Amino acid sequence: MKKFTSVLLAVAMVATMLVGCGAKTEAPAATENAAVEAADGSVFKIGGSGPITGGAAVYGLAVQRGAQIAVEEINAAGGINGYQIDYNFADDEHDAEKAVNGYNTLKDWGMQMFMGTTTSGPCVAVVEKTNEDNMYQITPSGSAVECIKYPNAFRVCFSDPGQGGKSAQYIGENKIASKVAVIYDSSDVYSTGIYQSFKADAANYGVELVAEEAFTADNKTDFTIQLQKAKDAGAELVFLPIYYSEAALILSQANNMGFAPMFFGCDGLDGILSVEDFDTTLAEGVMLLTPFAADAEDEATQSFVSAYQDAFGEIPIQFAADAYDAIYIMKAALENADATPEMSASELCEVMKAAMLEITVDGLTGAGMTWTEDGEVNKEPKAVKIVDGAYTAM
Amino acid sequence: MKKKMNMNKSTKSTLITIGMVVVAYIIMTILANAGVLSSLMKGLLVPLCIYAIIAVALNLTVGILGELSLGHAGFMCVGAFTSSFFSLCFKETMAAGPRFLLAIVIGALVSALFGLLIGIPVLRLQGDYLAIVTLAFGEIIKNVINVLYVGRDANGFHFSLKDAMALNMEADGKVLINGAQGITGTPNDSNFTVGAILLVVTLIIVLNLINSRSGRAIMAIRDNRIAAESVGINITQFKLLAFSISAGLAGLAGVLYAHNLSILQAQPKNFGYNMSIMILVYVVLGGIGNIRGSVIASVILVLLPELMRELNDYRMLIYSIVLIGIMLFNWAPKARLLREKYSLKRLLKKDN
Repeated sequence: MKKFTSVLLAVAMVATMLVGCGAKTEAPAATENAAVEAADGSVFKIGGSGPITGGAAVYGLAVQRGAQIAVEEINAAGGINGYQIDYNFADDEHDAEKAVNGYNTLKDWGMQMFMGTTTSGPCVAVVEKTNEDNMYQITPSGSAVECIKYPNAFRVCFSDPGQGGKSAQYIGENKIASKVAVIYDSSDVYSTGIYQSFKADAANYGVELVAEEAFTADNKTDFTIQLQKAKDAGAELVFLPIYYSEAALILSQANNMGFAPMFFGCDGLDGILSVEDFDTTLAEGVMLLTPFAADAEDEATQSFVSAYQDAFGEIPIQFAADAYDAIYIMKAALENADATPEMSASELCEVMKAAMLEITVDGLTGAGMTWTEDGEVNKEPKAVKIVDGAYTAM
Repeated sequence: MKKKMNMNKSTKSTLITIGMVVVAYIIMTILANAGVLSSLMKGLLVPLCIYAIIAVALNLTVGILGELSLGHAGFMCVGAFTSSFFSLCFKETMAAGPRFLLAIVIGALVSALFGLLIGIPVLRLQGDYLAIVTLAFGEIIKNVINVLYVGRDANGFHFSLKDAMALNMEADGKVLINGAQGITGTPNDSNFTVGAILLVVTLIIVLNLINSRSGRAIMAIRDNRIAAESVGINITQFKLLAFSISAGLAGLAGVLYAHNLSILQAQPKNFGYNMSIMILVYVVLGGIGNIRGSVIASVILVLLPELMRELNDYRMLIYSIVLIGIMLFNWAPKARLLREKYSLKRLLKKDN
């Protein structure tokens, strides 16, 4: 019996291996096809990656869809240098190992440029591989410093230290508050990254940290203890470098205990007004440092939001805007370099690396974006305040 | 005479299992060198070794020792972080070869030590206490690492459980373990050859243990504790032996894991409860107590979701259905009857 099972399993393994190998033997053929197509002058192959299943799926889906909109727009308008874009997206499940697998799958598909990954941890693992392959990479939202440590990698969003430092600067220079409490998620990379840089810079701008309270992903429903400590310490402002779902709970719990400081957050708070069953009047006066607000008045944002809503039936979050910009940034770099799809991934990477330093892009997440050799974007931080249930520029 | 035949049978089975790995290694290496292996498959070779090793390690606990462990991902986590920490500390001062060798030894030894420490109180008890304690261990170790900050400057090492600023380092200080952000910059020393060698070493250790005197004692404890005790077998000692070896091998898988990616974070996804259950699924699917089955099942189950990537959104759904299907096919009584009716052996016999 056991023997039969193991024979069966062995057969199954051989079968899967063969299927795997089958795919392999086809893979070079597929790349050849791609090469032929490219020689005919048809497509640039852009791959993207992010979590579209699991706990962080909301960010990956936003990136996937935001980029999709940009690709469709560009293709409809005649493509890049006259060539259409072929776009493919791989699921990385917010896991470093799966992200590398996803990247390899995209490579087998014939990807020439990589737009990813969405989250920081996987991005650090993948940038190692793109650097080995000399593949151009731009991450829409991977904000850890190491995400773009190689010259082939660029970024659309601010880095974590960038956000923390900018927040401290904003609070200090505009004299918003001097006594600040922080509530952050110590199990989250994004949150701790911002918190650490905020703390490091706070003193330089005359901001005093009176309470630093942490919570973890396993324990994120009751914040009364953290809020009580902030209240007892006399905080005038509570800094929330966290995502909006927890922030919504913090706001309503603070309201219940009669604690009414100012609240200040980063781009993670974007989306707080669309939390279900959340009394948006509580968010009145909340300030956040975000590059993108879905209800901004400018035409580019308006048309993006309406296109996104038509296609997917929801209001885009900042990640979608980052991805949308990422595709247009690639377009600008390719046009600047006069690149064609016949070029290999490595050649494209070389010309785009040079082009990135020359281009200036006006996107949804910032006007006049430029890049430096370390891959960091240079754009003005925008702070918005929630007034009458809507984001208003400050 | 009969005894000799039995021995031959087990040696043969051992050789088949190891031969299977070696043949798979040779085929894959040839394919990779010939350039017909896709990037995805090349990238998957090391993870396949990792999961095969940890499945074999868990099978030693579940199948041979007869205790349930729900925290093997925790041991993997210990092995991964200790070895990665070591490699990072000596990144500049040691050559890659000896450094990785030492990292492997350290990772395996430290997690074996943790296995021993957990086993000493728990394995004295009868019942499913090991499952509960290992479950807790896996979660605790993940959470501890997520708040652990370690840095190094000219004055030596600094530790903190608060945040990176509390390390109070000099200007030249470098944060090595950065809380939830984990360890970045571990040298990528793992490759398929090392993975395959470690898998073979794991198989030799486990299969030799099973076929040794100690192994027979361990299985006697599994089958009938009272009978084993009555013939003078030291229950706790043998249980500890098996469990700490199992934990050490899980640590070995962790070392490979840590040195395969340049970032190491203790997340629910890779070292949490779900991963422990996933490894248990490999073991149950391959057959509890069947070492070869564990290797095969883990290879199939790691490959499956990756090969189904083309199915996009549906792949995880299909993966779960396939899991249920295989499980029913392997273990449901009706399916077993059906299989016996149409088994290869029977058909061959009929031909004869």
